[in-house]
Order: sequence, then C-alpha cells, then structure tokens
Amino acid sequence: MIQIRDLLIERNNRAVLDVASLDIKRGETLAIVGPNGAGKSTLLLALAHLLPTVRGDILFNGKSLRQWDELEYRRKISFVFQSPLLLDMTVEQNIALGLKFRGISKEETHERVGKRIKQLGIESLSKRRASQLSGGEAQRVSLARAFVLEPELLLLDEPFAALDPPTRKKLIEDLSALLAEDHRMAVFVTHNLNEAAELSHRIAVIINGMVRQVGTAKQIKSKPADETVKAFLQELSQ
Amino acid sequence: MEIFQITILSLQVSTLATLISLFIGLPFGTWLALGSFRGRSVILSIINTGMALPPVVVGLVVAMMLWRSGPFGDLKLIYTPWAIVIAQTVIAAPVVTGLTAAALEALDPRLQQQLLGLGASRVQMVWYLWREARLPLLAALMAGFGSVISEVGASMMVGGNIRGQTRVLTTAIVLETSKGEFGQALALSTLLLILTYLINLTLTWIQQRGQKR
Repeated sequence: MIQIRDLLIERNNRAVLDVASLDIKRGETLAIVGPNGAGKSTLLLALAHLLPTVRGDILFNGKSLRQWDELEYRRKISFVFQSPLLLDMTVEQNIALGLKFRGISKEETHERVGKRIKQLGIESLSKRRASQLSGGEAQRVSLARAFVLEPELLLLDEPFAALDPPTRKKLIEDLSALLAEDHRMAVFVTHNLNEAAELSHRIAVIINGMVRQVGTAKQIKSKPADETVKAFLQELSQ
Repeated sequence: MEIFQITILSLQVSTLATLISLFIGLPFGTWLALGSFRGRSVILSIINTGMALPPVVVGLVVAMMLWRSGPFGDLKLIYTPWAIVIAQTVIAAPVVTGLTAAALEALDPRLQQQLLGLGASRVQMVWYLWREARLPLLAALMAGFGSVISEVGASMMVGGNIRGQTRVLTTAIVLETSKGEFGQALALSTLLLILTYLINLTLTWIQQRGQKR
C-alpha cells in the first residue's frame, strides 16, 4: 500500500506538488489526470524515489521511503515513460534489462521474458534491434520490460500519448488485461479521462500541483469537487 | 633499425598517454555530464579550454615541474619517455574529458531515470549510459590519440629528442628538417601518417560496425 502524507516538492524554490493525503491500495490502479504542468509526472517521479521532497512523506507498505534502502525500494517498482526509451540492443535484451540488474539467472530470465513477449504479442520482434521498431511496437516492448519485473508498484507516465488511435486502443486493452491479471498497484498518468476510466479503479484530478478530487470516473464527471475541476473537465470534453 | 625503435617508442608513449587520459577523462567527464552542482559550468568551460591547450605551453609547464630544481625534480623524469607520457596525458585528458561529457549530455536525460526506474544501481546506470554513448566515446578516444601522436612541442621540451632514448617520430621529423634532410623527414612523416591512418581506420571500423548493428 502507498500512503502519501503532506507531501511538498519544489523546483527552483517554487512548489510544484503539494499533496495533503492520497492512498493507493494493494491491487488498485489509480489514474492521475490533470492539465499540462499540473504536477502529474512529478508525482510519479516522487513515487519512484527519484525526486527529493521538501516536506512530508511517502509510505510504502507502512515504511517511509526515507527508511527504505533506495535501491531495494526501486527494485520493487517499475517505470514506463511516455517515450519507450529503449536501449540500443535487441527487444529480448531490452526486456531482460531489469532482470539483469537484479542478478536473475539466465534460465529464469529466459522464461520470464518469453512469457511477457507472448502476452504482449511481440514474438516476431524478439530478435530485432530497438531502433527498427515502430512507436507502438517500442511501447509494447517498454510495457513488457516493466511487467517482466513483476513489480509491486507500476508507474506509467502517459505511455500511449504518442501513439496513433488504433495502436493506442489495442495497447490499452492489453494493458488493462495485464493489470487485471497481475493485481498490482499501478499509478497511471494520462490526459484522457476515458482512458483513465477504462484502466483504473479510481481517478485523482491534479490541478496546479494539488489533488482536487479523488473518485471514480462517474463520480468525478457527475459531481466535480470545485469550479477548477469542472472547468478542467469542460476543457477535456471540448 | 633506428626508425623501428623510434616508431615503437612513439606508439608506446602515445598509447599509454591516451589510456591514462581515458582512465581520467571517462569518470571525470561522466561526473561533469551527470552531476548538478555549483561551479559545474565553470569546470566545463575550463575543460573545453583545455581541449585546445597548445602543446608547447604544456611542455613548458611539465618541464618546469620535472626540472631538477622543480617540485618533482627528485623523480628524475625529465628527458625520459615518462616525461613525454606525462605531457601527452596533460594534452589528451581534457580532450577525452570534454568529449565524454558532450557524448553523455547528448543522450536523452530521461534515460537515467528510466534505468533507475528499472532497478539499476548507480554503477549499472553509468555502465549502460556509456554503452549507449559508445560510438561518440570511441570518437573521444580517437581524438585523444590524434592530439598526442601528432604533437611535437611538448615531446621535444620534456623528452629532449635524445637519440635511442626519447626520440619519437615527430621530434625526429623536426630534427631531420633542421638538418636539411628533407628525404628522411618526408619518409618519417609518411610513416607517421600511415600509422595514424591505420589506427584511426581500425577505430572507425569498430565505430561503423556499432552503427550498423
């Protein structure tokens, strides 16, 4: 379980994220929506222990991130960025990268990588180099690379933003199936409320670095917490 | 026979100086590229200036340091091949450092976060960043070697161009030219060019192979 308490993050002495309280339960997928520059990606980086905090705390399984050994904690999570950020190696090698970091045996790596390659339908690409992939293919590899680690917490920063609509739709279906099957905690940043509704159990709306509302898509759409949320939803629907 | 000895010494001192520069420049350049600390841009600008250090100035400073009455005079290194290695390292290290920093800065800055987000330790992260930047890093190595195999001022000043001891190809060319032995000077120059070409050809082949993969 993740508990965020009184969290303040600053950039250039300016508050970019100020979260009073936010919980993510085991097995839950939480979507973060909000306008550009609202602090969504900052929240993900903070959850990945990749940003210093000014105040407050993030607790993972009841223990503050300050008390976790940084590397031990980072090996319980996995991060997928908007850009696939694959390394100049084959698809298989890219997917196996995090397992290699953890010193997993070759046999186990082979087995786990094979399973995820199959699940994401990229068997035909496994020997190809990352530079030869299309955007959609590369993002599939990026998702396989994250899922193969079987992380306790999966962080996804707009993973479909750069894809064309058909590829996006298919990948959302696949990710939705993977999340349901694995019952992992996941935090998913998106601009798209429909995407958020499809993939997540709850949605948190962040505007100007603050969490304005947390609830299901239905609750947020039918009862916006305040005028800023209402205005943001109207902006999205236009 | 003397030409053979001069050629071997040239290759030995320049290769050793390049390797020492790599051991200094690779970690230092990485630290400069990945770090965010006060004074970073000042250090980078000093390194960039160092990339264009005139070899005679390096020769002068190293000679003063190694001179019998200098601070390191007791080591008795002046007019030895080691003095040339030191001077050439001073010339090549900023080149390797500066180009290493530039190579790593050219990578997507989110790659660091991605590697850490996949559970890489700091050492694993740096290793994979080097791997991603291996082609420009190889270019840094080539530039470092190129800057020392062809320099003459520093080798002359700290090595003394002593026959059978510190004479390298470039200093031998200067000597033959000053004696009016242009045929000898031209032969040595051709040899130097062929050697430099062969070494760079090998490194370029490795680089191209990496690009095609």
